[in-house]
Order: sequence, then structure tokens, then C-alpha cells
Amino acid sequence: MLRQSVIGTSLAMAAALGLAACGGSGGQSTGGSGGSSTLRVTLANHVWTENIKKALPEFEKQSGVKVELTQLGEDQLSDQYNVKLNAGAGDLDVMMYRPLQEGKLFAKNKYLADLTTKVKSDSTWNWADFQPGPVGSTTYEGKVVGVPIITEQEVLYYRKDLLQKAGLSAPPKTLDELKAAAAKISAANPGVAGFVARTAKSAAVTQFSSFLYSYGGDWVDGSGKSAINSAPAKAAYALYGSLIKDYGPQNVSTDMSWPEAMAIFTQGKAAFYTEADSLYKNATDPAKSKVSDTVGFAPFPAGPAGSKPYNVPSWALGVNDASKNQDNAWKFIEWATSKAQTLANQEAGVPGARASVWADPKGTATFPKDLAAAIAVSTKTGVGYDRPVVVKVSQAREIVGQPIVDTVTGKDAAASADAASTAFQKFLDTEK
Amino acid sequence: MPASTLPTPAATGGWSRWANAHRKWLFAAPAMVFVAVLIVFPVAWTVYLSMTDAEGSVRADFQFIGFANYVQVLTDTTRFWPAVGRTAAFTGVVLLVEVLLGMAVALLLWRPFRGEKWVRVAILMPLVATPVAVGMMWRLIFDPNIGLANTVLGWVGIGPQPWLAGERTALPTTMLIDVWQWTPMVVLILLAGLTSLSDEPNEAALIDGASAWQRFRFVTLPLLMPTVVVAILLRGIDALKTFDILYATKGKGGGSFNEVETLNVYAYGLSFDYNQYGVSSTVLMLFFLIIIGSMWALTSRRKEIG
Repeated sequence: MLRQSVIGTSLAMAAALGLAACGGSGGQSTGGSGGSSTLRVTLANHVWTENIKKALPEFEKQSGVKVELTQLGEDQLSDQYNVKLNAGAGDLDVMMYRPLQEGKLFAKNKYLADLTTKVKSDSTWNWADFQPGPVGSTTYEGKVVGVPIITEQEVLYYRKDLLQKAGLSAPPKTLDELKAAAAKISAANPGVAGFVARTAKSAAVTQFSSFLYSYGGDWVDGSGKSAINSAPAKAAYALYGSLIKDYGPQNVSTDMSWPEAMAIFTQGKAAFYTEADSLYKNATDPAKSKVSDTVGFAPFPAGPAGSKPYNVPSWALGVNDASKNQDNAWKFIEWATSKAQTLANQEAGVPGARASVWADPKGTATFPKDLAAAIAVSTKTGVGYDRPVVVKVSQAREIVGQPIVDTVTGKDAAASADAASTAFQKFLDTEK
Repeated sequence: MPASTLPTPAATGGWSRWANAHRKWLFAAPAMVFVAVLIVFPVAWTVYLSMTDAEGSVRADFQFIGFANYVQVLTDTTRFWPAVGRTAAFTGVVLLVEVLLGMAVALLLWRPFRGEKWVRVAILMPLVATPVAVGMMWRLIFDPNIGLANTVLGWVGIGPQPWLAGERTALPTTMLIDVWQWTPMVVLILLAGLTSLSDEPNEAALIDGASAWQRFRFVTLPLLMPTVVVAILLRGIDALKTFDILYATKGKGGGSFNEVETLNVYAYGLSFDYNQYGVSSTVLMLFFLIIIGSMWALTSRRKEIG
């Protein structure tokens, strides 16, 4: 039962702390080539993981390493890392982690092994091939601590049939056009929302970020002070909230993350949806989506500052610093992030971080044409982060996400942004 | 019994003699070690952590800061005290409803009737379901747009309700789920108490001309009181610590407005989401004191009633 997990975990932590204290002296020195031939790999539930799982026998045969795979949901994965890494457990070797969510915290706590010399050791694997934006997010204080595997850009999902019915020939190019189109469609089609997007305080922050940037705002200004009460930020909050409140689904919940929002879109209950492109298979797969044949994709609509969607590495692979099997761990990462695997994954619909795969026509052949075009635009104008770049990301997201839920439920965007900004500034002060 | 009166075999060495003389310690030792390792140490460690500024990682350096966390938490009116209020409201309401409803159902099931077995099994079904699965199931039922609850309400002409999605309706909805799931446990306990009562006092009251209500109020209930207190005690402690239903329906932080964030959910968020192990331990210690306090209040009341 979950309720026991708090007690259970403190027990585990306490016990593991004791063990860590006993075994501390011998730890690091045994790391190296003498590692065990069983490699423990922890991955998140993702299309990427499914593809890698299918290809695993190939890696095991070629390297002679036996892979023990643990696969967890996002939240469970976080909890697992929290407990094990806190305890200094060595039974994690390769870790799939979110550079923008946990990356800074993990690197600061020295949970992630320094991979700088390893990534530069093999020129055929070619570290320089990885896009600079994602690489920036897996680098901490000049050291490479992870290899990006999945990238994400925010795009506009829309329903071609509803647009046609409303007499619109093309998807909206600007946020103002988006608002007008959403209003028109929701008024003409009872029971269908003009617009849907994430509404949960923390989950919505990443998808709101593109609205913020496109209005010319940012989380913090050049001097590191909170900027979420600036005029562009207030306008962005007001627009995002009003799109959902005025043209969104009836009785909208403020707990929606992507599965809930995606469900509304794929059930045919919404015309527009702003979301990460890496989830597009959910909308185009006929087994999951009722609108698979009418869904279209467009670049993120432009605001007063142009179209500025985020372009981020959502997942990366790192090596646990306490692992005694670091050489084999690196072998696995090198294989899983190789050009061939990246291409195979991209063909299965998972956008990767290698420039050469994007340049290769095969790399985008399986993507819907309009999506490939939208991604190409986004990677050029995109911003490299989709949430405040801080150590305590969870808290920051809750603070900057408050105005989103406030405006969705009909409260004043400007007042809420002012209050949130005060709280955010206080938070930023504690980060230093 | 003094050790010297026992027959001591000639071949025994010093160890046997020592063991023989300290039998009571020796036999209790495994249990004592178990308690020390699995209960005393973690609690003591939590007490220690609660007085430090541990954050980010418990392996990182942290300072002993005395009661500063306690001051910070006890003066926090945005998260801590509302969470205390929600915990108290949740526990109070579900306990009251579950005991009243449980008593009614137990009285109905008390006397034998046809098909009794099937009815009992049906009533106990929610109890054996996993709380997380229960949470997911109700989340679907209460979905504001496609859920069954609003469809049913629509049949009788009532408009759609926000249920779990509403800022003010979320907590009452989770109470409803808890009542659905845990009333059967109260029924079970009360039914066990009822069947162990002897029939004579009731028959005597019947001959004296007491009405059904009088027989319940002045005969059955006083005799059943110890069982009722046990039911309240068990259910009360459990309700205070409710986590799974709340987490499965509203997620981390108890929703975007923290609308169902009880102390347990708050402490979980502090340690697993915020990595503030010091503050989290402080909240857990205060929570622990609240549980011990209410347990003590209830048990002392139990002695009073007999």
C-alpha cells in the first residue's frame, strides 16, 4: 500500500545509510574494468524504451554484457532514484533521467558520473553530432554528465475537419488567430472545445513556456530576478487561461497533465491542442485516437515576439557515480545512442538529438509531413528550456504554475502573476 | 523461580549457566532487537533529521538547527495548517459517517435471513479492493465530461458537477470514496461484536415492553460500546493516515490548489518532490504526535466507558 511507503522508505533510507557508512571506504576504487558482467539499466516507460528493449539482444551478443532492465513510470522512477541515490546504492548503473527536471539536482549532489573523457574517446560515435541545445542541458559546470536521447518541441495539434467546417483554410499562424479560430469553432460545435491543453499546476508549466517566450517573456530576467510579473508574462498567462476557460472543455479539471488533455483531443472533443511533438503517436495511432485521420500539425503560433517554442532534451542517459560497473554502463550508452539506434528510434516516432539523423531524409520519413516541417521550424527558433532553470525545479514549477490554474478558474491573471512573482523571487533568493 | 532450583547438567559450561540465569532477556532478545532496528532507529533518525536543514540529498552536508524547522512549520499558514485542517475534517467526517452507516448495516445483517452469505460477501467487496485501483476507478466515474456520475445525474435532470475537478468539491468527493471503501470494515467489526452479545438482556427488555429504539439505545448499544470504540480507534488511525485514495485521485500535492492535501500527502511531497528531508521529518514528527495524541484520547475514553 502506498501509505506505508513513507515509513517504508525512511526505513530503507536509514538502513541504507548504515550500510553506506560501512562500505564507504572500498567503493570507488573498485570501479573500472573489473565490473560485473551484469549491467543494471533503469528506464522510464516511453516509446524509446520499447524500441531499445527490442534491440537489446543485439547489444548483449555483441558486448557479452547481460542487461538487467527495470522499467518504471515517471513518478515511480523519480521516487526510486530519490531513495537509491540518497542511500548511495551501487545497484543502479545506467539511469534514464530528465535533464531539465532532475539534472541540476543530481549533478549538484554528485549522483552522476563525469562522462567528459568518455564522450570524447570515440570519434565514430561522434559527440559533436549531438545538437548543442540538448548538450547544454546535460552539461554541468563544464562536465558532461549525460547523453541526450529524446528531444521535444512544442507544436500545435489541430483538427483539419473542424477547421474546414469553420471555413479556415490554414492553421493559425499567430496566437491571436488561434484565439479567434478557437472561439469560432467552439461556438459552432456544441460539445467540442475550441482549445485544450494541460491545466495541472506543475504539468502545465512546460507547455505554457512557449506562450511565455512567444509573448517576449521569460521566467527570470537578465539579472536573475523573477520576471513572471512582466507585462508580456501577464499577457501570456491571461491568454493561456482564457483559451481554456472560455473555449476549453466544460467543467474543466485543474489536474490535467498530458494523458488527460490528450484523451480529450483524441476523443474528438477539441479542435486545437498545444503539446510536445514527442507524443504525436498518441494522436495519429488509430488504436489510440478517434481523430487519427484528421489530425494536423503546425508550428507553434507566433506571439508579439514571434514563434518561440521550447526545444529541449526531455530524457537523457547518465551513469550512477556510485556504480561499480561504469565501463560497461558507458558501452551500453554508446550503443543506445549510436547513430543506428537513434535513427531506428526516430523512424519509430521518437525525435532524437543527433543532427545527422535529422539531416538524413530517412530520419524524418515516418513523421507526418506537416509535423516534420513544424519540428524543423521549432529547432531553429526554439528556446533550450521549458521550465525555470533551477535546482529545486518542483517547487519552482508550482510557484510559476499558480497563475495558470488561477486564470483557468477565472481569477485575475495580473494579480495572480504579481503574487506568484513575489513568491518566485523569494524562492530564487533561497537558491543562491 | 530462582535458577539454582533447576537441575543443571554436570557438563554445562559457563555460557549455558549464563543463558540459564538470564532466560527472560535471552528469549525476549530477538523481539527487542527487531523493535530497536526497525522502529526505534528510524524514529530516532527522523527526530534527528527534523532538527537539521537536510535538503537535496541526505548524503550532502547538513547542519543541526535545533527547533528552527518546527518554528517554520508551525507558523506556516499556507500549506501546513490548511493540511492539518483537511486531515481533521477528512478524518472527522469519514469516521462519523462510517460509524453511523456501519452501525445501521451491521444491525440489518445481525439477524439471520435468506441469502445472508451473499449479501455479506457483496458488502465486503470494496474492502478487498486495492485502494489505488479504487481511486482510479472513481476517478473515471467522477470525470466531469465523460464520467458515469454526471450521466446518472443527467437522467434525473441535475446538471453536471465538477466532483474531483472542483476546488471545493474535491475533498468531499474523496470522503465519499473513503466511506464507500471503508464502511464495510466498520460493519465487520460491529457485526463481530453484535454476534458475541447474548440474547437474554434483549429478550428481557422485550418482555418489559421496550420499543425497538429503546432496546437498541439502552440495551444493545451500551453492551456494544467497547466494540464501537475499537472500530473508531482502528478506523480513526487509518483515516488520519489516508494516502492512497488521495494520491491516486489527485496526484502530488493534492491537486493544483492543494485541495485534498492532508498531512500525509504534504509530507510525501516535501520529501519526494521537494527533497526537503529536514522539513519533511518535522511535519512527520508533528503528524506522529497528532496521531499519538488522538489515540491516547480515545483509549483513555475507552477505559472510562469500560
